[in-house]
Amino acid sequence: MVKKAILALEDGTIYEGLSFGADAPAYGEVVFNTGMTGYQEILTDPSYAGQIVCLTYPMIGNYGINPDDFESGKVQVEGFIVHECAEVASNWRSKMTMDFFLKERNISGISGIDTRSLTRRLRAHGVMMGAISTTESPEEILTRIKNSPSYAGVDFVRKVSTEKPYVWPFEGTPERQIALLDCGVKYNIMRNLAKEGCQTTVYPCTAAAEEILERNPDGIMLSPGPGDPSLLGYVVDTVRKLAGKKPIMGVCLGNQLLGCAFGSRTFKLKFGHRGSNHPVKDLNNDRVYITSQNHGYAIDPDELKDGMEVAHINLNDGTVEGLRHRELPIFSIQYHPEASPGPMDSVYYFSQFVRMIEESK
Amino acid sequence: MPKDPNIRKVMVIGSGPIIIGQAAEFDYAGTQACTSLREEGVRVVLINSNPATIMTDTEIADRVYIEPLNVEFASRVIEREMPDGLLATLGGQTGLNLATQLAAEGVLERYNVRLLGTPLKSIQMAEDREEFRSLMRRIGEPVPESWIVQSENELAEVCHQTIWPLIVRPAYTLGGTGGGIAQNPAELMEIGKRGLKLSMRHQVMVERSLLGWKEIEYEVMRDANNTCITVCNMENLDPMGVHTGDSIVVAPSQTLSDKEYQMLRSASLNIIRSLGIEGGCNVQLALDPNSFDYFVIEVNPRVSRSSALASKATGYPIARVASKIAIGMRLDEIQNAVTKKTLACFEPSLDYCVVKIPRWPFDKFTLADRRITTQMKATGEVMSIDRAFEPALMKAIRSLEVKAYGLSAKKVNTYSDVQLEEGISTPNDERLFVIAEAFRRGMMVEEVHALSNIDRWFLDKILRLVQMETRLKVHGRAIASLAETLDVDAPEAQLLSDAKKLGFSDRQIADFVGLPERTIRSLRKAFQIVPTYKLVDTCAAEFEAETPYYYSCYDKEDER
Repeated sequence: MVKKAILALEDGTIYEGLSFGADAPAYGEVVFNTGMTGYQEILTDPSYAGQIVCLTYPMIGNYGINPDDFESGKVQVEGFIVHECAEVASNWRSKMTMDFFLKERNISGISGIDTRSLTRRLRAHGVMMGAISTTESPEEILTRIKNSPSYAGVDFVRKVSTEKPYVWPFEGTPERQIALLDCGVKYNIMRNLAKEGCQTTVYPCTAAAEEILERNPDGIMLSPGPGDPSLLGYVVDTVRKLAGKKPIMGVCLGNQLLGCAFGSRTFKLKFGHRGSNHPVKDLNNDRVYITSQNHGYAIDPDELKDGMEVAHINLNDGTVEGLRHRELPIFSIQYHPEASPGPMDSVYYFSQFVRMIEESK
Repeated sequence: MPKDPNIRKVMVIGSGPIIIGQAAEFDYAGTQACTSLREEGVRVVLINSNPATIMTDTEIADRVYIEPLNVEFASRVIEREMPDGLLATLGGQTGLNLATQLAAEGVLERYNVRLLGTPLKSIQMAEDREEFRSLMRRIGEPVPESWIVQSENELAEVCHQTIWPLIVRPAYTLGGTGGGIAQNPAELMEIGKRGLKLSMRHQVMVERSLLGWKEIEYEVMRDANNTCITVCNMENLDPMGVHTGDSIVVAPSQTLSDKEYQMLRSASLNIIRSLGIEGGCNVQLALDPNSFDYFVIEVNPRVSRSSALASKATGYPIARVASKIAIGMRLDEIQNAVTKKTLACFEPSLDYCVVKIPRWPFDKFTLADRRITTQMKATGEVMSIDRAFEPALMKAIRSLEVKAYGLSAKKVNTYSDVQLEEGISTPNDERLFVIAEAFRRGMMVEEVHALSNIDRWFLDKILRLVQMETRLKVHGRAIASLAETLDVDAPEAQLLSDAKKLGFSDRQIADFVGLPERTIRSLRKAFQIVPTYKLVDTCAAEFEAETPYYYSCYDKEDER
């Protein structure tokens, strides 16, 4: 039988809905994503670690879960909020329903929520901590939220990063070697690097610059990842040491790490950018790209120094969406060239990275 | 680049009389265009032969000419008004054809009138099948095998090949007039000959049939700086084989994974870029339901019937934005008219489901062939919005004004099982009701799918609606007793609420339960099962909206 569940927010708001997926208590920062497709990629994107994700699109699960669209080895979200969870999955690649999948992976979801109302609340008051439960009373669940650590206090990167270095499978003879600093990488970044003839060695976030440089890679990729970048001083130190040694491309958190390595700091956005429709302007040619985004923090452009400058801005709120170095072969973007989910308009950054590597040889 | 300062006066061509495939949606587009141009300080001269339009109202354009839409009259208006530019991509195929003729006959050159927006060359490339196909091949977009036929002899040659069925479409016609599906050489000859007569160019396209494939459309915008966005995608509930104007359409697509959605989106952007369109365009694609294979079916290099639907479905004013692009503005210089904070350069995110159902005139033409194929027969359409597919579908059915208050149209229950199967496999205006009836008689989703190729996801939703009918009937007496007990916690109270969420009207519930409609209404009001209203805001609530544009639903928060 379908069980009732409640979603509680830090500010005391209670939403009643129905449980799907696993019947287990969930706790995390409640955020919303406005993408209309791509729930499987979102569920498995490590940048959602520590978060309960609400999808604004009301019918979720329609095309089921397939073996190919995973972005990491596990479900990364703490919980999942939808208006309607599809009972029937219909797509040629589908192997199971989303409900079954989340049960199997022990992740709880709540459906029947007025997700638009929730989104409006988060938009107005900012993202906040929340919890899902099928057993607790509103008072109990609010107490649990109060007694749990806040999102900003946890280093999620350490939790999602690989423990040991590994090499992403590559067929044939690679043309170049990339070292990737894994702060919560999505598989599609490695898939795209492979398409560009790059073999990728993935290093843990704690890897020292020396360890990475020892193998003499042709270029370095800084991955996306979850959480507050201000907790990542140890990674910023590594990035600082790597800068100037090898060509570097940063994606999402990688953009923030580079910003921090070049004098800036990050600040938290009220409700972040999560979705597949964010317009970004390339200041180089004034072209606008529709981008896939998932970030809750942004770089302060005023504090950038040592040759780093803003290369892209978000047209909705003017925040920094990309950096480039005036002399060194370094660039980064705050959005997702690997898409998955979202538009593939920015996939050319992978070939641009390769070109930069070739030019700086 | 901001607006081109050399464009001070623009002539807009309307779409003329209302015909199948070109109805009031072009008045909507033209009106938006006039208003949009005037917002930028451009004087607007309008020519349209249809006086029963909003665009010909005196306050919409600066000058209105109600004249026949032909070269002779248009030339005279041009001579008299001396406009700097001509905007022809908003008046449907009529406007586009007239502009093509004005250019071909040297009128535009003689009076130094610039064709604004999409260049003529792009229009010709999109509309001439052979040019279009070779362009698609150059940019790596797949097109189905096809033959251009210009005579009966050539038609007879195609009869010798082995791919059947084939689809026949005359070039340069509206709403696919004169097209059809040929199962064999005899049918090909018959349909082909008719098509040759109807085509403006005496040209017919014969093509591999993609019957049963998913039909997906994208509405795409591009500015002169090569920035492109997709406004909306749409999925036809009726698979390939039914003209999109005769299909039930949902927005956004429901059964495509992100990989499929993005693959087709990228293809659409690839196409609009290669054509060099400045403004809006509509791309129709066929997607194999069992692989990533797809084919590009057709491109409309202009604001189309689907654009009007996409505009209303998303809140994104395609014609307004296309007009501003036509006078040189870039997408990131145009404001989003709904949020007034963000720009026109973004992609709308929907947090609701839109359903369009065509309205056929078979109630007026009782002897007409009710089968729907590749030649559009619908004379109108209705659109509805709700938080889920089922209630949106139910709302749309009620809006049709065909005396159906839900999926139970009285007549289909008299059909034999054989008639039902026929009604499912051969698309006609009743198919939706026939499918529901088949479910009532115990047919399985798989069987209906095998007969119709309609995606199981849609069929399952229709099945759910039928199951709700049954539940209402079974629990009718218990619901009736609620009227006395007013027990909010009774499971039947939940049932009533669920039925409303699925889009059942009070009248329909009353029928199933066996109570008067007003009793159901007061009962649900007593239980506070009342509609709430939500905003169409283009951005799924991410930003605040300034212009209210509501739809009803049975969700929790009311935004009024």
